[in-house]
Amino acid sequence: MQTSQEQSERSGEHMLALIKRQRLQDGIFHRLTQLFSLLVLVALAGIIVSLFINAWPTFQKFGVRFLWYVEWDIINGEFGAAIAIVGTLASAGLAMLMAVPLAFGIAVFLTETCPVWLRRPLGTAIELLAAVPSIIYGMFGLFVFAPLFADFVQVPLRELLGGMPLIGILFSGAPNGMGILAAGIVLAFMVLPFVAAVMRDVFEITPPILRESAYGLGCTTWEVVRKVVLPYTQKGVIGGIMLGLGRALGETMAVTFVIGNANRLPTSLFSPGTSIASTLANEFGEATDLHMSSLFALGFLLFAITFVVLALAKLMISRAEKAKGF
Amino acid sequence: MRKLKSLIAGLGLSVVAATSWAADITGAGATFPFPVYAKWAEAYKAATGVGLNYQSIGSSGGIRQIRAKTVTFGATDAPVPGAELDRDAMVQFPAIIGGTVPVINLDGFKPGELRVTGPVLAEMFMGRITKWNDPKFAALNPGKNLPNELITIVHRADGSGTTFNWTDYLSVVSKDWATTVGKGAAVKWPAPTSVGGKGNEGVAANVNRIKGSIGYVEYAYVKKNNMNFMQIQNADGRWVSPDDLTFAAAAAGADWFSVPGMGVSMVNAKGANSWPISTASFILMYKAPADKAAAAEALKFFDWAFKNGKKMAADLDYVPLPDSLTEQIRTRVWSQIQR
Repeated sequence: MQTSQEQSERSGEHMLALIKRQRLQDGIFHRLTQLFSLLVLVALAGIIVSLFINAWPTFQKFGVRFLWYVEWDIINGEFGAAIAIVGTLASAGLAMLMAVPLAFGIAVFLTETCPVWLRRPLGTAIELLAAVPSIIYGMFGLFVFAPLFADFVQVPLRELLGGMPLIGILFSGAPNGMGILAAGIVLAFMVLPFVAAVMRDVFEITPPILRESAYGLGCTTWEVVRKVVLPYTQKGVIGGIMLGLGRALGETMAVTFVIGNANRLPTSLFSPGTSIASTLANEFGEATDLHMSSLFALGFLLFAITFVVLALAKLMISRAEKAKGF
Repeated sequence: MRKLKSLIAGLGLSVVAATSWAADITGAGATFPFPVYAKWAEAYKAATGVGLNYQSIGSSGGIRQIRAKTVTFGATDAPVPGAELDRDAMVQFPAIIGGTVPVINLDGFKPGELRVTGPVLAEMFMGRITKWNDPKFAALNPGKNLPNELITIVHRADGSGTTFNWTDYLSVVSKDWATTVGKGAAVKWPAPTSVGGKGNEGVAANVNRIKGSIGYVEYAYVKKNNMNFMQIQNADGRWVSPDDLTFAAAAAGADWFSVPGMGVSMVNAKGANSWPISTASFILMYKAPADKAAAAEALKFFDWAFKNGKKMAADLDYVPLPDSLTEQIRTRVWSQIQR
């Protein structure tokens, strides 16, 4: 009797010790992972603060006007962000306009109608495309794409549409293969694999039972995608698009090669312009004083734009979910 | 114990001695002279065992680095004004001479076949002369069948000494350019058809690609890419082609010590054979350097390069400084540096 009681006591103590140890381990693990994630926050805050401090002379001199001031005159020290912001938004916007439908088509094909033997190689090819460094896209854009674009797209487009009222203006300008539209197309090819890969992954997580039921009810492939797959994966799809948009907004080298690097407000799709990232890449080396702080201000704005885009995406998702009554 | 201490101290000393003996010379700045500095550094390392760590980060970067005292010498294409040199107690001297050349992409013409004057170049770059068959340009090229093609301007997208040299020249030959655009490492390009390329190679690539384009690059790129250039009328009214002889002719006429810091502008230099867009690239050093030994090593390097580096410079299409000038640099500039 005594021994068994002792034994149970001992095992109770043992259990307590074990629990204590496990609790300690859990606690340490919790704190450690917390520290890691706080590190990200600290880095983020550090970047924002240092950007802002370095950009302060510019904000102080130009105020809010910096946002819509159409000027970038290094010699006379007059700086405005409008040209770079317009170039950034226009090239990224055009890229998304082209990349999203294409990526959607690719993802639908891969998940719904693609023969099984082709699925793997095609999917891998798309993932490989995402791994190509952006400078390669830039060089390809400048040396291969731009000459073809000038001769076979710009010239015909200008001749076909250039004379039309209103939209004719969009297609005016020298057909030299560089400009906002060229940058948009190269960017579209860059972000396409990202968006397509994410869309394919989320389409695949749609429960087969839902999909098969829909097919069983006599739905066409398009109806299944439209009414079952898309609503189910909406969040992931928007996430993939935002990932692509984020990359397009911040892309530097590929854009620098083909956008034309002219500090002027673009007047047509063919006119050269500049984006925030390409301005930074071009001018940082030789910048001093106010020019330097204006570049920091541009960097700060790019940060802000990306943040706004992400916030809008989150808002869109939560609104859509509310409307559906989740 | 004492033995151990002295051993450690001895070890420490020998390490310090070894590192200071084998330390590389550090410099940073202009990209324009980088190829020749790199060539000199390679030969100097082979000859003396002392290396040069030169970061070609751009002229403004070079000035920033020498002011921050992170390097022994800074290098800049646009000379620092005398007042700023005095304020920082620095000296400045030229190290190498080169030239900037207008290059074009126009079918049916040989390199140097077409001619242009400074004012006409300025009007092209301002967007006032928009076509290749403009009467003003045609008047300079009688009998040539100039196409009715749009002119596309190609300029540097990044700040650069080449742009400084180019806009310095346009400012000298055109009052309009001087007042509306000005000169600098990067300017606001007025022509509506202008596009930017990154680096000399970016401009060269764009000019080679875009029909009817005109740009400006450092001479080495003209040769390397077999580009079509234009002759320019110099200050004496003669038509000249760019090469090391015409760059040297422009340098020969320069009165180096007329400007504090030797920062004479060689653009539109007098002399029958002078190439009007020639430039020197400069070196910046402190009069009282924090590390005197390092400064002495840097001067030894330039001394060696001035004596032995002429052929290497010429091979790369730069113009080495004439002996009379390097002797004056030794006696009048280097003598101010404490060694």
